[in-house]
Amino acid sequence: MISLSQFLVFGAILFSISVAGIFLNRKNILVLLMAIELMLLAVNVNFIAFSHFLGDINGQVFVFFVLTVAAAEAAIGLAILVTLFRNRRTINVEDLTEMKG
Amino acid sequence: MPNLTSLNLMPVLPEIILAGMACLILLIDPFMPRHGRNVSYALSLLTLVALFIVTLMQMSPTVRMSFGGMVVNDHMSDIMKLASYISLAAVLIMSRGYLRDRGMDKGEYYMLALFGLLGMMILISANHLLLIYLGLELMSLSMYALTAFKRDDGRASEAAMKYFVLGALASGLLLYGMSLLYGVTGGQLMLTDIANALSHDSGSMALKAAVVLIVVGSIFKLGVAPFHMWLPDVYEGAPTAVTLYLSTAPKVAALAMVIRLLVDGMGNAFADWQPVLIVAVVLSLAIGNIVAIAQTSFKRMLTYSTISHVGFVMLGILAGTDVGYSAALFYTLAYIVMTTGGFGMILLLAKQGYEAESLDDLRGLNDRSPVMAFVFLLLMFSMAGIPFTLGFWAKLAVLQAVVGIGLWWLAVYAVIMSVIGAFYYLRAVKFAYFDAPTDPSPVNPDWNVRGVLALSGLLVLVLGIFPGVLVGFASRAFGGF
Repeated sequence: MISLSQFLVFGAILFSISVAGIFLNRKNILVLLMAIELMLLAVNVNFIAFSHFLGDINGQVFVFFVLTVAAAEAAIGLAILVTLFRNRRTINVEDLTEMKG
Repeated sequence: MPNLTSLNLMPVLPEIILAGMACLILLIDPFMPRHGRNVSYALSLLTLVALFIVTLMQMSPTVRMSFGGMVVNDHMSDIMKLASYISLAAVLIMSRGYLRDRGMDKGEYYMLALFGLLGMMILISANHLLLIYLGLELMSLSMYALTAFKRDDGRASEAAMKYFVLGALASGLLLYGMSLLYGVTGGQLMLTDIANALSHDSGSMALKAAVVLIVVGSIFKLGVAPFHMWLPDVYEGAPTAVTLYLSTAPKVAALAMVIRLLVDGMGNAFADWQPVLIVAVVLSLAIGNIVAIAQTSFKRMLTYSTISHVGFVMLGILAGTDVGYSAALFYTLAYIVMTTGGFGMILLLAKQGYEAESLDDLRGLNDRSPVMAFVFLLLMFSMAGIPFTLGFWAKLAVLQAVVGIGLWWLAVYAVIMSVIGAFYYLRAVKFAYFDAPTDPSPVNPDWNVRGVLALSGLLVLVLGIFPGVLVGFASRAFGGF
């Protein structure tokens, strides 16, 4: 039987990977978008684990909404990525430096 | 559990009207003539007027709940919603000419602005973690899309990408905090239940982590340092009409989110979140006021001024008293009036094919339009907090709240920082009055822009002489009077 703390550790690891992915990634914006999705999944793991072990269904309902919003967020993110690529011909994070200071 | 027959939808009537009208505009806009979005514009303004009337009629001191307590309407939400309608109407009126001159007058602008407003209203009335998240995302997604609105502009796309990534990171942190809070409180999502559950929590590590993550996620939208990195780039890169939108009404909603989450939900964990906010305020005031001096772009300078202003708003929140919260609300309302004027000045100076974003564009404003130069002077004085303008009373109110809980050093620090900040506001005024214009042609003759600018200047002056009106509104929101 997997215990609550093991689920939470798993969620925390996923979350740390995604935050590290956002800050360490210097190459590709697509990887940033993936890291953002992973972050939301880490949250979902937490919610489902708590929901199961506390015997409260609301956490799982929350997860459905998070998944839906994640889809909308990905759509907007990719749309912005397309306009960015059309204007700049690159999706390299290091090239996003026209504005500074 | 609420059943459908006893569901009272009256408290959410403004939201229903707005959602309906936004969808209606979305449907009829494609059938309108290709050029000129007069119908969408008129319908958007009409919607705002209707919302204003409905909210005004529903206004009452009693707390009105709907959806089993998930949606709550109290005096704070009424006042914040009214302020959002007015500021959005001002933004739409001012942006009209700017958008038309640049071929950006598309129906999407109005739809995104209205859906963003819907998100703000949900956020303002939310009493449930899920609603806070949904409202925040509806608002943020509209704002990301608006930032990238000028599709052929590389800077706007870059700004939108930065905004999107950092915004998604912030909502991820907020959500992770919410999931921990859900566990710590034993499965509570309603803010009132969370407050009850936390009243007998001994302060576990998990709670502390949840508090920090939620504070970070919620102050991000306000742009409080150290989570201000997105602000300068986004405000500079976005078209000025969009910057105007981003810097006004969403700040009220972000303040509402901070108050709902930290005060209504986690008021019992005050000792955990107050130190975090103190650090954030100290950083915001320093970054906002010192870095602004080094800017050559007026738009960027105003952005750093925003960072300093939201630092002042947070001063009111960290006082943890009703006086402090109403001071924070008062400051936010004053900030909206000032910032509408501030970014409006850029719209006034911009011409077809030219963005007046540099400080040099302000030179000799007095020779080009004495009235607008005087409005500019009033706005800058108010932002600097010079006595007998609106901004002075706003600063005074938050400082009184901080002194009221004995944090003298923080109040003194804030005053020193605002004195440093006064330098760059006064420098801008000096440019407008004592320098020769680089371009002596008359300024933008658009009466929409001029009218709203004059109105904001007038408000700064009149409310500076009679601050009691706005203070009364703000303190009534938190059970005063």
